[in-house]
Amino acid sequence: MKLRKKSSGVSAGGTSDVNNRLSGQALNRRGFLRNSGLTAGGAALAVTAGPAMLQKATAAEGGNSPKAGVETQKVHSVCTHCSVGCGVIAEVQNGVWTGQEPDYDSPLNLGAHCAKGASVREHGHGERRLKYPMKLVGGKWTQVSWDDAINEIGDKMLELREQYSPDSVYWLGSAKFNNEQAYLFRKFAAMWGTNNVDHQARICHSTTVAGVANTWGYGAMTNSYNDMHNSKAMFFIGSNAAEAHPVAMQHILRGKENGAKLIVVDPRFTRTAAHADQFVQIRPGSDVGVIWGLLWHVFENGWEDKEFINQRVYGMDEIKAEVAKWNPAECERVTGVPEDQMKQVAQTMAENRPGTIVWCMGGTQHTIGNNNTRAYCVMQLALGNMGVSGGGANIFRGHDNVQGATDMCVLSHSLPGYFGLSDGAWKHWSAVWGVEHEWIKNRFDPDAYETVGDKQVPPINRPGMPVSRWIDGVLEDADNIAQKDTVKAMVMWGHAPNSQTRGPEMKQAMEKLELLVVIDPYPTHSAVIPDRQEGMYLLPACTQFETSGSVTASNRSLQWRDRVIEPLFESQPDHVIMYRFAKKFGFDEHLTQNIAVNGDEPVIEDITREFNKGMWTIGYTGQSPERIKEHMKYRHTFNTTTLQAEGGPLDGEYYGLPWPCWGTPEMKHPGTPLLYDTSKPVAEGGLNFRARFGTERDGETLLAEGSYSVGSEIQDGYPEFNADILKNLGWWDDLTDDEKALAEGKNWKTDRSGGIQRVVIDHGCAPFGNAKARAVVWTFPDPVPIHREPLYTNRRDLVADYPTYEDRKSHYRLPTRYGSIQATDHSAEFPLIHTSGRLVEYEGGGDESRSNPWLAELQQDMFVEINPADANTYGVKDEQMVWVESPEGGKIKVKAMVTSRVARGVVFTPFHFAGHAEGVDLIDKYPAGAAPYVRGEPANNAFTYGYDSVTQMQESKCTLCKLTTA
Amino acid sequence: MAKMKFLCDAERCIECNGCVTACKNEHEVPWGVNRRRVVTLGDGEPGEKSISVACMHCTDAPCQAVCPVDCFYTTSDGIVLHDKNLCIGCGYCFYACPFGAPQYPQDTAFGVRGKMDKCTFCAGGPEDDLSDAEYEKYGRNRIAEGTLPLCAEMCSTKALIAGDGDEVADIYRERVLRRGGRPQTWGWDTAYKA
Repeated sequence: MKLRKKSSGVSAGGTSDVNNRLSGQALNRRGFLRNSGLTAGGAALAVTAGPAMLQKATAAEGGNSPKAGVETQKVHSVCTHCSVGCGVIAEVQNGVWTGQEPDYDSPLNLGAHCAKGASVREHGHGERRLKYPMKLVGGKWTQVSWDDAINEIGDKMLELREQYSPDSVYWLGSAKFNNEQAYLFRKFAAMWGTNNVDHQARICHSTTVAGVANTWGYGAMTNSYNDMHNSKAMFFIGSNAAEAHPVAMQHILRGKENGAKLIVVDPRFTRTAAHADQFVQIRPGSDVGVIWGLLWHVFENGWEDKEFINQRVYGMDEIKAEVAKWNPAECERVTGVPEDQMKQVAQTMAENRPGTIVWCMGGTQHTIGNNNTRAYCVMQLALGNMGVSGGGANIFRGHDNVQGATDMCVLSHSLPGYFGLSDGAWKHWSAVWGVEHEWIKNRFDPDAYETVGDKQVPPINRPGMPVSRWIDGVLEDADNIAQKDTVKAMVMWGHAPNSQTRGPEMKQAMEKLELLVVIDPYPTHSAVIPDRQEGMYLLPACTQFETSGSVTASNRSLQWRDRVIEPLFESQPDHVIMYRFAKKFGFDEHLTQNIAVNGDEPVIEDITREFNKGMWTIGYTGQSPERIKEHMKYRHTFNTTTLQAEGGPLDGEYYGLPWPCWGTPEMKHPGTPLLYDTSKPVAEGGLNFRARFGTERDGETLLAEGSYSVGSEIQDGYPEFNADILKNLGWWDDLTDDEKALAEGKNWKTDRSGGIQRVVIDHGCAPFGNAKARAVVWTFPDPVPIHREPLYTNRRDLVADYPTYEDRKSHYRLPTRYGSIQATDHSAEFPLIHTSGRLVEYEGGGDESRSNPWLAELQQDMFVEINPADANTYGVKDEQMVWVESPEGGKIKVKAMVTSRVARGVVFTPFHFAGHAEGVDLIDKYPAGAAPYVRGEPANNAFTYGYDSVTQMQESKCTLCKLTTA
Repeated sequence: MAKMKFLCDAERCIECNGCVTACKNEHEVPWGVNRRRVVTLGDGEPGEKSISVACMHCTDAPCQAVCPVDCFYTTSDGIVLHDKNLCIGCGYCFYACPFGAPQYPQDTAFGVRGKMDKCTFCAGGPEDDLSDAEYEKYGRNRIAEGTLPLCAEMCSTKALIAGDGDEVADIYRERVLRRGGRPQTWGWDTAYKA
């Protein structure tokens, strides 16, 4: 009997010879630790291996497997993949992550995990992680110390700042930050002196946030995954929850088993559609037509909720006028859906109330994304499905903390809490940060490059470039950009470049930059895109399992992650890296005025407490670190449908204090489980639509009429509150003297005492007023959402009736093209519609999940789905290699999957793959041993130009392509 | 004694592969060996159904019947296990198994774990319960720890259920009743219709 001792490396794995070769060369963690005198290149490492690393060598000796008779600690964390917020129980022995148990106590996932969540322990192996700071020297990756890296990068940035203004450095952050890091990052960029800061929410749900916030007040999921147990109908459009949010399906299927009708509207017959009662296959990009086509039946049959509309909706008549054009024939002409199907769906929604709507990237990633999201909202308003349990707009966010990072506004157009960029916003946050407003102002370029009305407005008050357009910020002629010069240095801090369109131009941009810095647990596709000799660094950040902090799930609940293990290798937590750069730049003291610092680590809890003191707009003020931690401790006491604690020390509170959690932590607001639900007092989590858009328009009131939350002393609509209104109502003296001092001259958003919110809520009112939702957003390019054909469309017959916008000279500092692109007819040479989406095994750009052998083994090939009819037409056989080529010249070589999952004329690619370029595996360009196990062509290399007219969301759900055999 | 069984509710299975990676994670199963996998029928067609499959721990197990060295044994909980010290890696069990459960390491005949490898219902093998030797050859022994197979415990939609056959049946029966009508399990039409 000969049993070989189990190898801890993954050398048994490997999908190809190349892969096997690589794993032979690679240093695994234990090998590295044991031989810590050597690097892959043979140079001495002793100087960089600190005492912590050597200590870990003993702990890690013997692998990551559990050992008998060794004390095991259980640590609670939260999955770092999607936004469901699944609890993770990690078992740790001597500092090594040896096991993972289901978190049955979590009311969000009840112990469940998808492929990604069930494999997060691999983060503690990290064989393919970026292990130490690297820089390009003569085109080769060379190890460098953290100190040298920060000094060299910092010197170069300061030089660029001097020469080209602070706007020449772009700070691209991440939804993988926890809330504290996201907040600190936005503050960091502000103190560097630029609004060129953004993160992937821009290319994820930016059109949702803009569309939804402009309709009823807040840009977030209104209900929760759990609340879908109460739905009577569930309408999915552009969402494939079974692959993108698998654990949400537990709640969805529970809803279905309770009798709810499940309707899936999508260009593909997805794994979610496989569970639907009704599946409607639409032409990609025709969402507005679909919704108006449904509402046509609703209005035709009088199925709308007239009382709800009268009391709580402004502008529905203008919608009706547009909907009237979408008769069944026109609807079918544009969307491809026949009348009987549309009527059936409309009737199902009308007869099964409350119904909820779910949408994701299929709806948001379009040039008219904001029109789509507003149309979805209007449908729910027409049916009276808002503000009720079982209804709502259940917008499933993507990354684990993309809701939190959006709320913290790692965004080029706002300061944390959606305060915007006005002087008032800067003054508010300067006061919270404890710095002079003038000091912050002086950090920015004082010259103005944009005129608003007749006023010259400087960069501090103007949105920076969005992440979707950073490549144009580099490549565009400096004269066309509304800032001093082009972008010279790019920091990609937790970002997958392959999640962005226009791959070939991105390569050019990456090569033109003077400095490119990647900060990430993995080298990412960025490491291998450009052909550069120097001026590029890779800095190892650790994962969220190696640090602690709060994270906001899609349903607005905050959860706390405890640290599972110490940072692996030489990786560091993001907030430590931020602090070290701040020190280099000389604003570390400003950055941490109210925050204690241990060594180089700003104390996480102090950061939470700081944003608690400023985020009044959306109620991130009541969730102190102590309260969130209590919620983790007693998470088993929450009802798994209502998310309300039943008994115990948190009786009556909602799990994770879903925002808005009004007032100070001492006020003990329970959180708001359902937005705009008038059936409860505000003090108990009730709410109404926000008064955000004024009080009247064209003589018509915008305030609610005869609708208010239970217990409101004002039994009608009312505007948002400020000090003067409190005085008029005679409520001012309810404030304490201390509160009065801070609240004088302020409103509910800027009163840092929280007194205004407290008093208003005592009187049963919502601090942000009580208004109607608006079905017409008069400040947007299309006030009533209308259909417009994609820039690359093969339906030339529809272009005349539904043209795109005219080109714009400057939007988010950059010229933005529409009509000039749509004018060219590519349909003869590029006859197929190309759309994209997700696979359950991978997440986002996939560098992390493709580096996890347990996941990578399950999806080893990048592929394109082709309908059997198209396959025959183009002479493609199943599993054959084909080229997919875009009208802009991008092309990818992928494996054909012939399937009727896609309709005739449509092809689909998953966007998680990277590491190849036009058929070539770039494995040699990764630092040794850090290439993901599975590599493939980035789908987005074959996606094209196109940006939303409000948010600059990229169009990655419909373009054209041609297919040839390879 | 309990009779341990798996049941996969095809109405709930969404092919997320959580069961597959939970198993990989729990037992550090090497690349190329799949103790559990998800099978999809009618992929991309209306009526598409997925089901998670592993060793079904048969009461009268065909693998056990054909094994030339008699390495299989059934525990008092009705779990079918095997002894890697006896296994000769001949593959006869693979031939006999109706579910394709037996797996063989890919790189060498007597690779990473040596010999045949399969789902243990998280119950380890003949070595001492919870010993390092047991973990090395068979993975973790959750049954001895008083828990159930991790694939089922972590199932994203609670489609995969594991445990004592009677309890599994109760859970499933309640679900079927709530859904109303006939058991909506995959294969029902084939078996009982027409």
